Formats: sequence, C-alpha cells, structure tokens
Amino acid sequence: MIDIRDICLTAGKFQLQKASLHVLPGEYFVLMGRTGSGKSLLLQCICGLRRPSSGRIAIDGRDVTGLEPRERNLGYMPQDTGLFPHMNVWRNITFSLRARGVHRSEAVRLTMPLVEMLGIAGLLDRDCRDLSGGEKQKVALARALACRPNALLLDEPVSALDEPARVEVCAELRRVQQDLNLSVIHVCHSLAEAAIADRVGVIDYGQVQQIGPLRQLRENPATKAVARLMRVGNEQRRNLEPGTGSP
Amino acid sequence: MASPDEITRADNDPAGPAALAPPRWSPLRIIRRYGLAVVTLSFLAAFAGMVLAIIIANIFSRFFHFATLVELFHKPLVVAAMKLSAVTSLTTLGLVVLFCIPAGYALSRYRFFGHAVIDTIIDMPIVMPPLAIGVSLLVLFASTPGRWLGERMDAVGLDRNAAAGIVLCQFLLSAPFAIRAAKAAFEGVDRRLEDLALTLGCTRWQAFWKVALPMARGGVLAGCVMAWARAVGLYGPLMVFVGCVRGKSEVLPNTIYLEVSTGGLEVALAATMVMIAMAGAALVLIHAVAGSKRWWGI
Repeated sequence: MIDIRDICLTAGKFQLQKASLHVLPGEYFVLMGRTGSGKSLLLQCICGLRRPSSGRIAIDGRDVTGLEPRERNLGYMPQDTGLFPHMNVWRNITFSLRARGVHRSEAVRLTMPLVEMLGIAGLLDRDCRDLSGGEKQKVALARALACRPNALLLDEPVSALDEPARVEVCAELRRVQQDLNLSVIHVCHSLAEAAIADRVGVIDYGQVQQIGPLRQLRENPATKAVARLMRVGNEQRRNLEPGTGSP
Repeated sequence: MASPDEITRADNDPAGPAALAPPRWSPLRIIRRYGLAVVTLSFLAAFAGMVLAIIIANIFSRFFHFATLVELFHKPLVVAAMKLSAVTSLTTLGLVVLFCIPAGYALSRYRFFGHAVIDTIIDMPIVMPPLAIGVSLLVLFASTPGRWLGERMDAVGLDRNAAAGIVLCQFLLSAPFAIRAAKAAFEGVDRRLEDLALTLGCTRWQAFWKVALPMARGGVLAGCVMAWARAVGLYGPLMVFVGCVRGKSEVLPNTIYLEVSTGGLEVALAATMVMIAMAGAALVLIHAVAGSKRWWGI
C-alpha cells in the first residue's frame, strides 16, 4: 500500500503542489498526465530520488519520506529501461540482490523463478545492447522485481515500443502484477495503457486532478485537463472547470 | 508518339527515365562518397607512419647495436636509472589513480562555488612549460613554508632531491591529463543510471564502483596511460627541481641526455630502445587488463 499525502516539490520553475494518492495493496494504479505535468517527478519522489519539501510518503504504513532509495525497497523501472550496458542480462537481473550482499549462487537461485515466469531464460548470457525493445522491458522488469519489492513503479515503461510490443508488455505487466499481488503505479499518457488499470489518476500542472476507475473518468471528467486526456468531446468540455493548478 | 500501352513506369516518374537508371560514376561523385574517409584515413596513416618511422630508424640506425643494449643491463648506473624511472613513474601512476579518478568524478558530477576556477587551475600544468613548473617548485621549496615542508619530508625519509622530488614533479605535471580524461569519461556516463542503481539497493559508493567507474573505464584508463607516459618521459623540470646526480636522481631520460652530451650515442640509443619497449609493454598490459577486444581490431 502506498499512501502519499500533500507532496510539494519545486524543480526549476515546475512545482508539485500538494499531490496526494492512495494506492491499495495489490492494486494496478495508472497515473496519467501530459508531458511535463509532473507524473515522473512524483514517481521519483516516491522512490526517493527526489526529496519533497513537504508532505508524507508511507509504504505499508511505514513513513519513508526521509529514507534513502535503498531503504524503501521499491522496484523502479524508468522510461528507457536503464539497463546497465556494461553488464549482461544475468548480471543486470541479479544486480539488486548482489548490491544487498547476496552471494552470486544464491542470487541466481532466487531470481530463477522470476526469469522463468517472464520467459527470458534464453536471454541470460546475452549482452543487453543486443536485445529488442520488448526483451529489454522484460529484463528491466525482472531486475526491478528481483529484490521482491513492496511496490512497483513504472515510468512510461512501454512508450518506446511499437504497438504490438506495447500490447504484449502491458499484458505481461498486468499478469505479473496479479501473480505477485503487487501494488503498481504505472505512469503513462496513453488511454490504451490506462485500460489495464484498476484505477486511474490524472495529474496536470503538478496537481492531482481526479482519481477513479477509467470508466468514471471518461464519463464524468472533473476538469478540462481530465477531459482532454480522456478525449471527451468539446461540447462536454465547455461546461468544465479548467482544473486546479492550470495557469 | 507512344501509345498508352508503351508508357513505362520510368516515364511516369517525374524525374523521367534517367531516374531509374544506375548512377553514373564521375570523379565528383567518387570524391563526395569516399573523399572524407580517404582524407581522414590518410592523416591517420601519415601520423602512425611517422611514429613507426622513428622506431624503425632507431632499430636500423648504424649507432644501434644489440650488444650495446645487452651491455646496458650490466652498467650499474644505467640499471639504477632504469629502476628509478620504473619506481618513480609507477608510484606517480598509483597517486594519479588515487587522486585523479575521484577528482575527475567530482568535477563532472558536482556543481559548486568556484567550479569553473578550479577546472581552469587544474589545466595550468598542461599549458605551462614543464621547465616553468620545475622552476616554480624550486622557488616554492626555497620559501619559508616550502622549507618547513621539506623538513617534514626529510623527517619521514622522503628526500626531495631524489625519488620523492621526482614523484612530486611527475605527479604535478601528469595528474591534469588524468583528471581531464576522467572528467570527460564520467560526463559520458548517464547520471540516471547511477540514480537507478540507488533504487536497486546501492549506496552512493556502490553506485560509483558498480556503475559509474566500470562505464567510464575506457576514458579513465586512457587518462592514466597518458599521465604515466608524461611522467616516465619527464626530463627538463626534473633537471631544474631535483637535479641529476648519477645513481641518485638520474632517470632514463636523463641518461639519454647525459650520454648524448658526452658522445655516447650508442648507449643513448640503447636507452631509448629500452624506453620504447617499456612504453609498448605498458600499453599492451593496460589494454589487456582493460579487456579491450576492440584494441585488436576485432
């Protein structure tokens, strides 16, 4: 369970303004927003790469706001997969366990079920630079899950893939999330990706605009920013507020 | 007039039938296509050829005799110079690795007050004439704080007129090359990968050792090789700052100078061959340690 309360952060001219979210245990939560709306920044706050100026982040009831990223035990997968190019697939996958002092053979034993579940056993000795986009995503997912995280944070995980690979990886993400009963926050700006979510949140100009099931957001968008993302017609948009935080 | 049936695909092309014909080779087309490669490769080959020519000229010179080279290893003073060269340059290399990798990393990763000033100061020994550095060190050690420092060095057995002085001089003149190369190499490593390593359970130190340093390895290594090469070949500033006492503060470049000055061209040439062999061996060793397959052209 991830509980975010009134997170404020300034990064250059951009501000996250009292962003709040509540992700339930085993929930697949999609956070949508336009480019530059602050969704990746919020994700970086959750995984500890950025320190909020105020607010509180709790994971499974434990306040982690002041903790280092390594102490939060979260799986984080960035947009470009971030595979380490100087390591092969095996070393990438076992990286988090080795960093925590787990012996090599034990790390291999612990990650084997995950490798088999994701169907990447045939890639283990390959150089990461030689993998296709979809294979890279699966390896990055395996790496993020190897240390059995409390929750998984995905920053536009399929945006660099073509349509068939995007559908395949999204289905894989949902399947893995259900198998492991993980809380997932998936950041994206595509409605197709949001379709796999239990609930969707929309963020615009650093403020969370609306949270709910996708159907609810499409039928009853609270602000123009939500309506724009949900591709609601102009007629319905005219009657809406511009949205909190918008200039 | 052609009937509609006779109209070909080429005729429909707006550029006409010539558009589908294979391109005709003309000198201009060849220059455009291969000119850049030919010119740049020619310059590369010319320079490599010059270096090889120097080595070959040494080997086939009438002043070079293999017997003199063997004899060299039986001359105690020359052997002492070789040992001093090896010990001081390797000590300098150790110091370079210890100081310059962290310094290059700090310059590439952190922005602090005076960053640009420090960045410029580090380049000073590169652009200053080496002799001027030797003179400056001499003046520094003649000043009150310098004399105090010299006394402290003497107290712990570091003779500034022998190996310790040589290492100090070599380090000052070679470290900037390594810092500059390390800075460029670390700047080439995506900082987000280090951040990602933090989310995967690393401390900042682990992220440096496991991600940043291995990824910057090539550039860092090249900088260390450059620094070592500069250190081992240093001559002028050592003559000024440390002096050249045979058997005490004489390094191989000094031997070459002294032998040439006294008409011993054969010995000087033999010592030159030793230096070339040392440099070649060091380069091969370093590339082997780095595991660089590309070096062999594979």
